[in-house]
Amino acid sequence: MADIQYLEGKKPHAKEHRLIFRNIDRVGWNPSIDKYMEEGGYDQLKKAVKMERADITNEVKASGLRGRGGAGFPTGLKWTFIPPTNTKPVYLICNADESEPGTFKDRYILHQDPHQLIEGMVIASYAVGAKLAYIYVREEFPEAAQILEKAIAEAHEKGFLGKDICGTDFELEIYVHRGAGAYICGEETGLIESLEGKRPYPRIKPPYFPAALGLWMNPTIVNNVESLCHVKHIIEMGGEEYAKLGTPRNTGTRILCVSGDVQKPGYFEVQVGKVTLGEVINDMCGGLKLGRKLKAVIPGGSSAKVLRADEKFKVKRGEDTVELNIEDIPMDFDTLAACGSMAGSGGVIIMDDSRSMAWVLNNLNNFYAHESCGQCTPCREGSLWMKKITDRIVRGEGTPEDVDTLESVAYNIDGRTICAFGEACSWPTESFVAKFRDELVGTTKVENRGKLANPEAALAAAGLK
Amino acid sequence: MTISPELDKKAEEAISHYPAEHKRAASLPLLHLLQHEFGYVSEESVKWVADKLGLEPINVLELVTFYPGFRQSAPGKFHIRVCRTLSCAMAGSYELMESLCKATQIDRSGTSHQNPIAVSPDGKFSIEFAECLASCGTGPVCMVNDDFHESIKPAEAAKLVENYRAKA
Ligand SMILES: Cc1cc2nc3c(=O)[nH]c(=O)nc-3n(C[C@H](O)[C@H](O)[C@H](O)COP(=O)(O)O)c2cc1C
Ligand code: SF4
Ligand code: FES
Repeated sequence: MADIQYLEGKKPHAKEHRLIFRNIDRVGWNPSIDKYMEEGGYDQLKKAVKMERADITNEVKASGLRGRGGAGFPTGLKWTFIPPTNTKPVYLICNADESEPGTFKDRYILHQDPHQLIEGMVIASYAVGAKLAYIYVREEFPEAAQILEKAIAEAHEKGFLGKDICGTDFELEIYVHRGAGAYICGEETGLIESLEGKRPYPRIKPPYFPAALGLWMNPTIVNNVESLCHVKHIIEMGGEEYAKLGTPRNTGTRILCVSGDVQKPGYFEVQVGKVTLGEVINDMCGGLKLGRKLKAVIPGGSSAKVLRADEKFKVKRGEDTVELNIEDIPMDFDTLAACGSMAGSGGVIIMDDSRSMAWVLNNLNNFYAHESCGQCTPCREGSLWMKKITDRIVRGEGTPEDVDTLESVAYNIDGRTICAFGEACSWPTESFVAKFRDELVGTTKVENRGKLANPEAALAAAGLK
Repeated sequence: MTISPELDKKAEEAISHYPAEHKRAASLPLLHLLQHEFGYVSEESVKWVADKLGLEPINVLELVTFYPGFRQSAPGKFHIRVCRTLSCAMAGSYELMESLCKATQIDRSGTSHQNPIAVSPDGKFSIEFAECLASCGTGPVCMVNDDFHESIKPAEAAKLVENYRAKA
């Protein structure tokens, strides 16, 4: 849309393709339903309720949409996992916990365009047969919770929620449910336990796949905020047309959140796989800081394995295998997986040559040690040990053997736990040790004590217990 | 502890958001209401929530002790949460923590995982580190009660504190 004006300094980059973030930072925009309806808001819902339920799911399947919450699981396929013979109530939950470090996209949707999410949720609820839906929003978004509650009330008033939605016999209530500051509530089964009023201890899969045994042991679809927003656009464009955005198997647009050592960090909605990591860093983010060199990138939220700037990545292109430099990596699910990492939640963290990798890893290890729910021994004990070991390395009290111990602790966590937090907490250590072993070992050498590359490191160590 | 009729009404409203047979789901919403009202979750509050939802107090207490968002003692009038996680740390959140502590005269040396909050001598401010607040592109960030502050330059920390002090 050529006539959209954005706030000073917030203009989308030329390489962006704004669908979900069309109204973010827009001049004259506000989160009210009147504003939303000025430009066709809720028209897609009106269209959807005239469709067969299964046809909506089929459109979502045809769109190729993959979940934007972290795992990249096909959304349409997930919806079909509700047992066909089901007679129990079905629930929809919007995962607005946004807690994967490096990720900051759902925040803007919730604060600035809540009706886009609600319209997506009502369409999704209609498709899966849910009459009750929740938005699980992290506690640290108090304003978003209020904005959502207001938006829900407005949608009610206009007949897009409640009974007889759009003149049909479809009914739906949406409620906001606030978390209480725990990262593990982002994991879908932990989230469900939390919504039930318990400690957010994740459930083991199988058998507790939410689509079969979710909220109160009923079929439950959990989707990320951004995923649910895409549903609206899929109905508008048609699944096939939507699938032309992006690249095969990696369709549509997604929001990349870039933070760390670049000139202009920020969010960028791009066609999946149509921009490379180099374009993100150099064009969209204005490059690295003056005189700095790229050292490492975490491409998909803090749990994604780190990429080293001078690595060569072997990736399949049809029949051939090609070698990519870090800057040539297209930001899509499959390529990042082939590079040994993941697209995850879209959180891209850039590190330049001023960063000590021991310090970076220690920061992440502190996060995971703090956030482990404590159910599984490898995760509870392992995440704490990884923190303790990197704590002492950063304090200048490590030994070269500590790096081996660190590695062995990490490899004894992943694959041995109830939920994917096990992988999330061990992948940073596994990848940093694999790719920066020399630096980590070097940091522990007696002659290097007190000479950490990063001045913040000393502070970090002092602030930690 | 007195529960005003308005607060009780809000609690009933929250309970109505869940199927009647799953009242327990209202535990977190009720705890939020009480913490908002009294500043922290007391033993009495735990008992009140348990009674309201037909639960044992331990069912509620175990939530308060698990979730970092609930506290068991009074914070300052203004409770500050500084993001500690990677992107903010790279942008200077540990320095921000130092400056805020200085400006509020808070001593964090007695804090620990179980006891993360430190309060200023005058009781006006309290502070703790929080994990990633989902605004990593504008670090360092912090929250003061429900207000959100981003891209805080080192020199602005003291001013931020003074602005709140003026409101106290
Ligand atoms: C430790 C952990 C934390 C997670 N945190 C989030 C989160 O904050 N937000 C989110 O949408 N998904 C998160 N997920 C992924 C969810 O479990 C789930 O896959 C997702 O919400 C499904 O939505 P989608 O299919 O639309 O991506 C997390 C997963 C794990 C293992
Ligand atoms: S892997 Fe970690 S976070 Fe997940 S259930 Fe086990 S202890 Fe909890
Ligand atoms: S790291 Fe501070 S907001 Fe994400």
